[in-house]
Amino acid sequence: MSEGSHNYLSARKGLWSWLATTDHKRIGILYAMACGTFFLLGGILATFVRTELGTPGETILDQDGYNQIFTLHGVVMVFLVIIPAIPGILGNFVLPIQIGAKDVAFPRLNLASWYLFIAGALMAVFGWLFVGNVDTGWTFYTPYSSGASNAVLWLTSAVFVAGFASIFTGLNFIVTVHKMRAPGMTWNRLPLFVWAIYATGIVQVLATPVIGITMVLLFLEKLMQIGIFDPALGGDPVLFQHFFWFYSHPAVYIMILPAMGIISDLMGTFSRQQVSGYTFIALSSVAIAFLGFLVWGHHMFVAGQSALSSIIFSMLTFLIGIPTGIKVFNWVATMYKGSVWLRTPMIYALMFLFLFSIGGLTGIMVGVLAVDVHLHDTYFVVAHFHYVMMGGALIGLIGGLHYWWPKITGRMYNETAGVIAAILVFIGFNVTFFPQFFLGSRGMPRRYHDYTELLPNFPEFAPLNLVSTIGSYILAVGLLMILVYALYSLFKGPKAPANPWGACTLEWTHTGRLPDEHNFHETPLVTRGPYDFRLADDVFGPKEED
Amino acid sequence: MSSTGTTLKHYFVNHEQQFDAAKLGMWLFLVTEILLFSGMFVAYAVYRSWHPEVFAQASELLDWRLGALNTVVLLASSFTVALSIHFVQKGENDKVVVLLLMTLLCAAIFMVVKYFEYSGKFAHGVFPGAGFEPQGIIDGKDYSKYDIPFAPQFFSIYFVMTGIHGVHVLVGMGVFVWLVTRVARGHFSPQWYTPVELTGLYWHLVDIIWIFLFPLLYLI
Repeated sequence: MSEGSHNYLSARKGLWSWLATTDHKRIGILYAMACGTFFLLGGILATFVRTELGTPGETILDQDGYNQIFTLHGVVMVFLVIIPAIPGILGNFVLPIQIGAKDVAFPRLNLASWYLFIAGALMAVFGWLFVGNVDTGWTFYTPYSSGASNAVLWLTSAVFVAGFASIFTGLNFIVTVHKMRAPGMTWNRLPLFVWAIYATGIVQVLATPVIGITMVLLFLEKLMQIGIFDPALGGDPVLFQHFFWFYSHPAVYIMILPAMGIISDLMGTFSRQQVSGYTFIALSSVAIAFLGFLVWGHHMFVAGQSALSSIIFSMLTFLIGIPTGIKVFNWVATMYKGSVWLRTPMIYALMFLFLFSIGGLTGIMVGVLAVDVHLHDTYFVVAHFHYVMMGGALIGLIGGLHYWWPKITGRMYNETAGVIAAILVFIGFNVTFFPQFFLGSRGMPRRYHDYTELLPNFPEFAPLNLVSTIGSYILAVGLLMILVYALYSLFKGPKAPANPWGACTLEWTHTGRLPDEHNFHETPLVTRGPYDFRLADDVFGPKEED
Repeated sequence: MSSTGTTLKHYFVNHEQQFDAAKLGMWLFLVTEILLFSGMFVAYAVYRSWHPEVFAQASELLDWRLGALNTVVLLASSFTVALSIHFVQKGENDKVVVLLLMTLLCAAIFMVVKYFEYSGKFAHGVFPGAGFEPQGIIDGKDYSKYDIPFAPQFFSIYFVMTGIHGVHVLVGMGVFVWLVTRVARGHFSPQWYTPVELTGLYWHLVDIIWIFLFPLLYLI
């Protein structure tokens, strides 16, 4: 293959070739730039939150400022980072190549989804900067939100518009997986990342329209008091919570399923072994996607739903542990008797196993009715979902970005820097969030800017909060370090070989250093599974006959 | 992009794959539409189950004759759309143009009827939400007697559901105008008529949603 002469980056030049591109790889990079910017913004907001809580009393924010900052941190991280990031960046770049397609089924729709995403983001930022304060939390609970400032109109519209971006992405991937697979790419030869993105697509298509109509109704509630959600007008605020969580719980699986797919690929590649329980991992993604629709009521145990509903929702919540456990055990089994290669992506995969397991198991704890009454709205819940969302979804994303970085940019990053940053992230993360389990179980509430009044009864709140804040700074240093060496690699990194990891999926075996504009010189003919290393003569050379 | 007849995009292997992909995509989009409306149907079901007598009484203010007329009009438009797909498959594009124009006409009649229904309600203080202050006597009904708790919720749901449905009708009309111009310029052939078929699918969904809205809001 002629190196560098003709690839997807060099094929066209100029700003317009990016802004009007229908190439799934370039759209993935557009998503990467947007989500990266929002991740930086959300991260800065998070350090404000932690700095305020680091010491008792008012440190840098008054209570109104604090409420706005954590609201914006939540909205930005949930709607503009974690939900779109993995499907938008890695799903777009990798999925079509992994199944041997030249592009997604609807390339123009794919580009439209990016513009809708940007439009939604700009509406949110505009509303926040120029219209008014938003301090509702990312959940927009009524009646507080319907009585808040007009910026709520902008944020609900933003969520509605960005939701369509999510729907279009999911729809595109479902059709692509169904209709665009290369010859020989049967369903049981799909890389597990593809299975995960496919399952995610189902959730995006089925759940997102419901948050759409919920936001429309909330918009109208605020605009002309239609009385559906506002109790002062005869509406029912619990109905809003049902609507909201009918989307937002499945959305949790929109966030975590793609990361699980990345981990599956990393485990197989860096253990040099067939991924254990391939079919079970693949189908457990689909099982999680469907079960995820049946558990939304576990967010509302103390919101006044009936005891019977709570019991049913609690039991269904436990069921989620089964497909999740199947995945975790199979990942561990994949490493067993494998040839584990500890490069940066694999370090993130191991980190995921550790952090996600803590997040998942504490999720079962807050799914227990009696326990949840105590833990609801405390820092225990905050710690739990950060272990899942950051320790799971974002760590998976960072691991995946390291893994596919050579294919996306054609260059290697500095491995030593990668390992040091990974260790910093791991230490920083745990120092930040593990103390929050103790804080929460002792009763420290969420969403308060100060805890001075609690200190006489709970003197341990001060040191635990301080430790958590110090941890957040370590975490920030680790993440910034990744940004620095990634940018360095982009311009100065050594050129990567076409398949630096010795991986067996098509994006590594059938493309050059950088993929062509249309991915392949000729459509691949698939003759083996994605992790059949013993059959991968094209990667390791023909076996020597003894 | 070439617009004459059979355009095969470079990332598809053949026309069959291209058509199947487009059709599956459209069906998935229709699923999202159903889920969008399902939120409103749930709100309707919840409030109706809590206040059945109020909803039964409030629905008296809606004129079932106008609702029935619109139902007939929309059903007729679904029929003409189905016929247009039939004839585009046969390559008889003259008939397709006429049938699509008839569909457009039906959709326009639907919206005009809807306009008179809405403006009639607004004229007598029947607004969604906080502006709800019914007054006056029409067809022997004293509107002020309908100013009861939770009647505003009925009309909020009525206006939101039929409003969003109406937006879908308007979008469909826009697509039909675009489609007529393309058919008239001979862009479709029995080998390639995907936009006609997909628009037909969309239009049937808009029709089906109205089939549910009409009895729920006007009749029971």
